[in-house]
Parts: sequence; C-alpha cells; structure tokens
Amino acid sequence: MNSPASRGRAGVIGFILAETSLFAVFVVAYLFYLGKSLTGPYPTDVLEVPVVATICLLSSSVTVALATRALGAGRVARAGGWLSVTIALGLAFLAGTAREWRRLIVERGFTIGTNLFGTTFYPLVGLHASHVILGLVMLSLCVVFACTGALRSAHAERVELVSWYWHFVDGVWVVVFTVVYVVGR
Amino acid sequence: MTATFVSTESPAAAGVPPTSEPSGILATLHDWVVTVDHKRLGIMYVVTGLVFLVIGGIEAFVMRLQLAWSGLTLVPPDTFNRLFTVHGTTMVFLVGIPIVFGFANYLVPLMIGARDLAFPRLNAFGFWILLFGGALLYFSFIGGDGLYGAGSAPAVGWFAYAPLTERAFTPGNATDYWNLSVLVTGFGTIATAINLIATIATMRAPGMTLGRMPVYVWTMLTVSAMTLLILPPLSAAQIMLLLDRFLGAHYFDTQAGGSAIIWQHFFWFFGHPEVYVLMVPGFGFVSEIIPVFSRKVIFGYATLVAATVSIGAVSFSTWAHHMFAVGMGGTLNSFFAASTMLVAVPTGVKIFNWLATMYGGKLRFRTPLLFCCAFLFQFLCAGLTGIMLSVAPFNWQLTDSYFVVAHFHFVLFGALVFTIFAAIYYWFPKATGRMLSERLGRWHFWLLVIGFNLTFVTMHVPGVLGMPRRIYTYPADRGWDTLNLITTLGVPIQALAVLVFAVNVLYSLRRGAPAGDNPWEAWTLEWATTSPPPAYNFATLPPVTSRRPLWDTQHPDDPDGPHE
Repeated sequence: MNSPASRGRAGVIGFILAETSLFAVFVVAYLFYLGKSLTGPYPTDVLEVPVVATICLLSSSVTVALATRALGAGRVARAGGWLSVTIALGLAFLAGTAREWRRLIVERGFTIGTNLFGTTFYPLVGLHASHVILGLVMLSLCVVFACTGALRSAHAERVELVSWYWHFVDGVWVVVFTVVYVVGR
Repeated sequence: MTATFVSTESPAAAGVPPTSEPSGILATLHDWVVTVDHKRLGIMYVVTGLVFLVIGGIEAFVMRLQLAWSGLTLVPPDTFNRLFTVHGTTMVFLVGIPIVFGFANYLVPLMIGARDLAFPRLNAFGFWILLFGGALLYFSFIGGDGLYGAGSAPAVGWFAYAPLTERAFTPGNATDYWNLSVLVTGFGTIATAINLIATIATMRAPGMTLGRMPVYVWTMLTVSAMTLLILPPLSAAQIMLLLDRFLGAHYFDTQAGGSAIIWQHFFWFFGHPEVYVLMVPGFGFVSEIIPVFSRKVIFGYATLVAATVSIGAVSFSTWAHHMFAVGMGGTLNSFFAASTMLVAVPTGVKIFNWLATMYGGKLRFRTPLLFCCAFLFQFLCAGLTGIMLSVAPFNWQLTDSYFVVAHFHFVLFGALVFTIFAAIYYWFPKATGRMLSERLGRWHFWLLVIGFNLTFVTMHVPGVLGMPRRIYTYPADRGWDTLNLITTLGVPIQALAVLVFAVNVLYSLRRGAPAGDNPWEAWTLEWATTSPPPAYNFATLPPVTSRRPLWDTQHPDDPDGPHE
C-alpha cells in the first residue's frame, strides 16, 4: 500500500478533484451569464464548432494510453513515439484555439471586455488551454527522458499519472465543448 | 527522553546531515528554512499562526477601543474599514488555516505511524507560499497606494462584496494585494490538503485500518477533502476579480450586466464550508483530549466519525444562509434554512459523545481538559445562536448586526481558539520534550474565559438593540454605550491571558518539567515515540490491533480489540 506509486496516485486524484472544482466555477459562470450580454456579438454570431481540434485532442487520449501501455511492456522507443504523437495532437489543438482567438480578437474585435459573453468565454477556454500547455510540458519532459535513455519501464506508473492528467484535460474539453459550442450556441 | 528544546534545534538531534557550515544561529536558521520535515513545518505553521493571531488581535483591540463609547475619534473611518478587513482576512487565512493545517502536519503522520507526509517538498511549498501570502497582505500597508494614492491596506471587508471591489469603486492596489494574498495562501492550503489525503490513504501503519484511526485523523481527512472542493472555487472567484480589475472583464460589473450576487454565491460556497474546515479539526482535538483526561475510551467512535463526515457533506448545501437579506425568494430561503438547521443534528451528536465520554470518568482537570470544558459550553452557545440565525425572518432582523459578530466569534474564538489552546497544552510536551506550567496554564485559562465571555456574551445585546457591524462610531442616544464599554473591557483581560500564555511557552521551553514519552498516559501512536520525536519518527512501531495501541501494549491481559 505504501509505495511511491500509490502515493502518487492518491496525490494526482486529489489534484484532479481540486482542478475539477476550479473548472466547475468557470463553467457555472459561463452558463449563468449565457444570454445576459447587454450588447453583441453573441455566441451564434462568432463561434464556429472546432471539429478538427476536438478530434485531435480526443484522439490524443488514445495515443497517450498506447504510450503508457508500451512503456509498461518495456518498449521505451515505442512509448516515446506515441508520446510524441500525443504532443503533436495537443499542439494541433492549441493551434486551433490560437486561430479561433486570432479570428475573434483581431478580425472581429471581440475581446474579454466586449460583453459578458467575452468575459466568460475567454477565461473558460483559456483556462483549459493553459492546462493543455501544462500537460504538453509534462509530456515533452517524458519524451526528452525517453530520448536520453532516462525513461525506463520502471517509470511506467509515473507516466501513467501524467496520462491521467491528460485524460482529465480531455474530459474537461468535453464539458467545455458541450457548454460553449453545443448548449451555448 | 528528556531532550531539551534547544537540542531539537541542533542539526544532529534532528537527524539533519552535518554540514561544513559553522553551527550557531545561522546554521539553525538554515536548517529550519530548508527543512522538509513534517514536524518542523508543523511547528513553523503553528508559530506563524500564533504570530498572526497577535497581529490580528491588536487590530481587534484598536477597533474595540474606537467603539468603547460613542463619538470617539481614535481612528478615522477609512482606517477602521482597513482594520476590520485585515483583521478578518488575517484571522481566517493566516491564523485559522495555518494552525489547523500545522497541527495536522505535525500530528497526522505520527498518529498513523508514518515517517512523514506523502510529499514532503510539496509540504514545504505549502508553508512558504502561505507565509508569502501573509507577507503580501501586510505589504499592502506600505505598498497598497500604488500609483493612484487612493489609500493603503484593503478596506473592502474580508468577504469583499462586489461591486465595491471593482476598479471604479476601489482604485489603487490595496484590493489587489488582498486578492493575491488570499489566492496564493489558497494554493498552499490545497497542496497541503492533497498531501494529507495521500498520506492518510496510503501511509498508515500495518494494522491501522480506517476504523482504528484516531478521530482527529478522521476530522483531517474530512476537512482535507472539503478543502479540495471549496478552495478552488474561491481561487476561481479571485481570478475572476483579477480579470475584472486588470483586463476589463465584467464578471461582477453591474454596469455591463454582471451580477454582484454571484460573487456572494461563489464566496460563500467557499466561506461557509470554510468555517467547518476550521472548526472540525477542533472537534478532533477535543475527541483526542477528553478521553485521555477522563480515562475512558471515546464514547461512540463510529457515530463521532459518521457525524464528522456528515457535517462535511451537509456543509456544502448551507452557504446561502449568509445571503438571506439579498432576497433569494421563499423556496431558496427555506432550503438553506432547513439545511443549516440540519447541521445541528450531527453537531449535537458530537456534543453528546463528548459528554458521555466524560460521564463516569476519572476526570483529571489539567489545563487541556479545562479548555475543552469551556469549549463545550461556548460551542453550545455558538451553535444555538447559529440555529437562531438560520431562521430566515429572524436573520432579516439581525443580519449585519453585532449579534452576528458575536455569534461567529463564539464559533471561531470561543470554540476553535479554545480547542487550539487545549491542543497546544496537550501536544506541547510531545513537540518540545517539556511540560507547560500548570499554574500559568490556569491563569491563562481563567483570564481567557472571563475576558472572552465579558466581551462576546455582552456583544450579543447591542446587536439585538440594532447596532450594525462595521460602523466606526455611533451616536450617544442609542443606549449602546455601556454595553460597548463592557465589551471593550474584556479585551485587555484576553490580551493579558495571551501574554501569560506567551510567558508560559517561553519559560517552559527552558525550565519546564521534562515530559517523558507519554506524560498524559495517552493511547495514540504519537505518544509511542520520544518527546520530541526523532526525524524518522518511530524506531519501531507497536502493533496496531485496536484504536488504542498504547493501551494494548500496557495491558496485554485486557486488549481493546475484542471490545470494539
């Protein structure tokens, strides 16, 4: 029971619980202010459903799972490969968000201060994107360690904890996607 | 063992590897700054909390002097606003939280027979970020003017209602210092809560099943889980406020359609469970101390644990009883009134548990038990006024009055601070190897009981007579003068009590009677090791086959296990 791995698991579960609670408040704020903007633009006017980015992020959950499985089986190079694919998919997702924000901010002049929609939209999507970035940093460290040979199959449980965080970030996106692009649009 | 406090500070005694640096005060300081040992961090947390308790107490003292009778001009109104804001923030975030989590730091690993917390470096991070948050709050006194020159130190109240906190109404940086201070102390608290949960979940000694854990560990498990659910919403609200103030967002900006009420919901969703996060560990202290000084097992262990978890669960549905006056409508008012009254059920269960533990026991009225007895009376009063205030129409009459102030000071001072003092008298011998003086302890106790009740029993009355909180002075014709004078007269008595306590600590550190491993003849695992415990905590652990492992080792003919 008392092993570094079990401690790590308990710690990551606690961390994910706290993060869930954090996101919940931003989601509640988004839903609460839905349709309460005094002026436009409104979600239907400016938002496009990010289909490609969403597919990229959701499929990255599969690739990170494949990476953990490969590492558990002692195939470090293969694990490094799947981790790299995960990072590429994560970057593709971020590129989608960046394009969306550029279009909204630069072309449409729609910012956090425009109306209540902007006030709640950017922090919610931005908070999620910042978590994607944090996940990418951790995944990149794993890839670096795989390249330098520091990553061994003994570390499978630790990489699995990183993958738990990544799955959580994916799960949050499912909620954000539903709230912002399906319910709210 | 009769190790002195001085020897705990020396690197060799604490198991820190000897370094090439010279010994002396710098080396000692260095050891404490770089430590990741849960016991040292626990002591630093508690000492930090006590220092801020004195600072917050001085702020309260100044406010009480200003209110001693009508028309005084000791402090101007702006300063008074700053005083109650910083007093409230200090007492909740820099006194309550560090002392509660400091004790948990020290005690939880020892009580469950672990070497340290699960993540020692995360633990050190939690402490230092909390200290940094405290420094941020107090830096606002000199740095809060910012470029605007619009006043120093936050003056928005500890719950900082919107839209007063918007840039338009509070320019300058004082509110930002308050905001960042609360935000970063919150990060530290979340980190520590995760740490405690991981420790309790994975690092219990062999035989220490969940059902054999000391009640105190159960209370910390409960409040750590609560912390994970309530502190991130506060952080989220603080981040929203920062976005409003710095990036022009409109979360709480009523001009742009934003809602001032939603800040209250976010804040109190944190704020009310937070009261239980502070108070429930106090129940844990009492549940450890009363059995030892009654020479009995705790009455109804299972019901106590169930009541603890129930309080944690119900506390999530009570927050809007702070908001009856905003006009939520009959349905919501009824719901929150009912759920608030529901809390009284598990709390009442606990009071009966403690009374039944004392009933028929061979009571030893040492200082820790004295504080527990005062706690029982004062907490009962606090709970009763709490039920009164949960009745929405009654609440409409007395909201934001001194009756409310008296109520929550009965909870946080009359109950929580009294249990903290009980805990300090009880575990000080374990942490330092020396007993606190009983004679000074009695002076401390009686002065504090008299001073506290003089101040806070009296304070209910001007509240009922209509005196609102947060006024810096009042007209002479209201009939509040004498009551306020009595309220203020209690303060120097309490200050004297704290002075006696400080003298007791400083004197006993040097001259106190050696404690030995188990001075109170207690039964939980922390008393199985030396006082103070070595860095590794336990050379060998006694077998854990019941809730009172030390009883079992002392009475092999009559172990507890079969009776549980």
